[in-house]
Amino acid sequence: MSMNSIRNTFFEECEELLEALVEGLAQMEETSDDMEVINAVFRSVHSIKGGAGAFALDRLVNFAHTFETVMDKVRDRELAVDEKLMALFHRSGDQLSDLVASARDDTDLDPTAESAIIKDLEGYLGAETATEEFSFSAVTLDFDGPAAIELPDIPLEEAETTDEQANTECVFKIHFKPERTLYENGHEPLLLFDALAELGSLTVAADLNRLPSFDSFDPNDAVIAWEMELVTNKDEQSLQEVFEFVEGLCDLQISKEKASVSLPKPEALPTEPVQELQQPTPSGSAEETPIEQAPALESPKTKAIEEQKPTPAPAPAPSGAAQKESRGPKPTLRVDLDRVDRLINTVGELIINQAMISQRIEELDLPTVAHLTNELEAYKLLARDIQEGVMAIRAQPVKPLFQRMSRIVREASDATHKKAKLVTVGDSTEVDKTVIERLADPLTHMIRNAVDHGLETSDIREAAGKEPIGTIRLSAAHRSGSVFIEISDDGAGLDRERILAKAIEKNLVAPDVELSEPEIDNLLFLPGFSTAGQVSNLSGRGVGMDVVKNAVQALGGRVSITSTPGKGTTFTIVLPLTLAVMDGFVISVGDQTMVIPISSILETIRPNAKDIHVVGTDSQVVSVRGSYVPIVDVAHSLGQKGKSGEKSTGILLLVATESQDLTALRVSAIHDQRQVVIKSLESNYTAIPGVSAATILGDGKIALILDPEELIKLAHSNPLDPFSQNTRMELHHA
Amino acid sequence: MPESAEVLADSQFEFITFSAGGQNYCLEITQIREIRRWTPVTALPHTPDDVLGVMNLRGAVIPIFDLAARFGLGPTPGNERNVVIVAAVNGTTIGLLVESVSEILSVEKSAIQETPDIKSEATKHSIRGMISVNDTMVRVVNLDAVLETSMGTPQ
Repeated sequence: MSMNSIRNTFFEECEELLEALVEGLAQMEETSDDMEVINAVFRSVHSIKGGAGAFALDRLVNFAHTFETVMDKVRDRELAVDEKLMALFHRSGDQLSDLVASARDDTDLDPTAESAIIKDLEGYLGAETATEEFSFSAVTLDFDGPAAIELPDIPLEEAETTDEQANTECVFKIHFKPERTLYENGHEPLLLFDALAELGSLTVAADLNRLPSFDSFDPNDAVIAWEMELVTNKDEQSLQEVFEFVEGLCDLQISKEKASVSLPKPEALPTEPVQELQQPTPSGSAEETPIEQAPALESPKTKAIEEQKPTPAPAPAPSGAAQKESRGPKPTLRVDLDRVDRLINTVGELIINQAMISQRIEELDLPTVAHLTNELEAYKLLARDIQEGVMAIRAQPVKPLFQRMSRIVREASDATHKKAKLVTVGDSTEVDKTVIERLADPLTHMIRNAVDHGLETSDIREAAGKEPIGTIRLSAAHRSGSVFIEISDDGAGLDRERILAKAIEKNLVAPDVELSEPEIDNLLFLPGFSTAGQVSNLSGRGVGMDVVKNAVQALGGRVSITSTPGKGTTFTIVLPLTLAVMDGFVISVGDQTMVIPISSILETIRPNAKDIHVVGTDSQVVSVRGSYVPIVDVAHSLGQKGKSGEKSTGILLLVATESQDLTALRVSAIHDQRQVVIKSLESNYTAIPGVSAATILGDGKIALILDPEELIKLAHSNPLDPFSQNTRMELHHA
Repeated sequence: MPESAEVLADSQFEFITFSAGGQNYCLEITQIREIRRWTPVTALPHTPDDVLGVMNLRGAVIPIFDLAARFGLGPTPGNERNVVIVAAVNGTTIGLLVESVSEILSVEKSAIQETPDIKSEATKHSIRGMISVNDTMVRVVNLDAVLETSMGTPQ
């Protein structure tokens, strides 16, 4: 395992830890005294710190340490969590995530925010902890030879139990036999011994029995075991915390020999945080407990310790625990995305292959053979099942994406001095990974907009009889084969008069135009529209809602808007479940079979010759319910030569575009409507104007998938295509 | 003897020879994925003459070029013996329509001659070298150049 891949694993784990951190902080906001949650947050920060230390990420370690120390005080109930501290924790979480990102990408981060937060955090630490010199210096890892490591003093534990000194001196016997993987993961037993030595007086003896002869010596193998004896006043929990990071990487047995002095002092106990962990937790959410207690099972003697100590009152309120989601460890598998994509491709093949077989059998025109039809039907269903199963691998819950948005809301409300909170619904809704990735920017923008333009300031809200804190609601749901994502605010609603005035001022619509309310709302999506009276540094970054619309459409989705004055505004994004398949019309253009996405088509028309009018030399319009719609001939737009353009032939597909309101695309015929597997053209060739991708039809032939938007642009911008003269659409190699 | 095998592998090259536009060409065997009979392809709009279209190769969409047309030798006439050579270069897979495939050629490295100074830079670039076989000349196709011109063609 190379250093680099260990590093990558660390950052992957950081992602998960940060997610858990954000989630934990959100839960803390609701039930601030739930020890389980506070412990989870503490562990996330602690684990990031531990990993960062191994990679010499000093800034990250330093920050995480300060954060963790304050967290620890909360854990010890020395600090009460109030609104101010909660906000600081959120800021710290954001900063931690920034630091991780900057460490990963090796970029510089402006230290001003960081030092401000550290200062604020330190403000919560008492004089005694603040002055304590923190010396978690990085360990240089050397994989090429025997590691020469300078050992700093590592105060892993705070000096929290000094008052309990010499109360319960116990002797623990520790058998520690590292496995090979322990070393491969960059752990160093010496550091562990040092940490143990911090707890009390330690005697270490190396067990060299398994040392092989020099001939069969494998320098990478772990053969040395250690027997240790630790005299300490700490309990076994503290010992196990030392070994927390090597859990599963070694053979560890801890047993308590005897208690030299045993004077339990109950009143000191509530300040000992580790006690809480050993409490039987009411919910199934104790993800840590099974691990922590596993070694304890090996030595029944340890039970005695717990029994000696009176149990503090159970911290987690049962009611709070009941509404919590079960956070039991869910077995997961990290898989290279390429492998999944290859599998998806192959399954796409299977679907095509199945369609081909069906088609061939139909062509045979066999007398009805019931068996065959049944088997074929079963094959079809199986293929579909497999496809859905494989697609589900790529599907991910929107939760991490939504969690990121809570930060956006915080930052936006800070910048605008408005009070806002984010409520998310349907976190577990699963969406294709690519969709999630490409949705991040539009969502960020819309959330910022909602805070900046949607919500009012607290004064105005109070005057209107609303809660002073505005609510941004972000929800996701599956509905009829699509994913619905809604962003709504409970603000003032759209100011339609101002929108219209602005659109007229910017020459986006004619001054005398009569528009319905939804039409006015949709003006927001026009390029170059920005509503804020004064351009704030938050939303007015030259990016408008048109960018959001484009991004959503690029994913094959659409975005709409509804608004009620005084009540708020809701943006709805509707997305396809997957990017790998699409519903399309199979059409003919000239003598070629092509596919056009159904989502873009509003209506299909078989026009009467009298409805088609020629404008100018070769432009045509069709009259649809009284209005004239320009016709774009697809064959012509694609540079096909031929006798298209005759009035009576063809079918018109009505499409709505951003640039041109309505356009009719002329094709020769519509054959079928079906789900097609999307194949990229760009992977082996370049992008082609007017064509978004390709698919494979039942007969194994490739059909191009048309991009209506581009087709229309082509027809308008470039009527005399340079290639139309020499492009031979009909090939002589037939 | 392992040593001599290694030397052999170093100096021995295998080529598949074929004819396109009436001329003899060859491609190193390691670049060739498979050879297929010609089947009609799906034409692409807004592409130059030598791009015939795209073909379904077990689910991948691969572009098919008319090699003769690409080298300015005019379009390959339709013929039953026409084949498509599927080749992989720099991670992309392409198909080349040629008139016919002839044989596998095994030559020493030293037998590959550099392209002499010829007038056309483009031609010189598209050919990596030449091999003389039984008094006939076989040109070694530079696949990179085939791809470059295809990608770089202004649309």
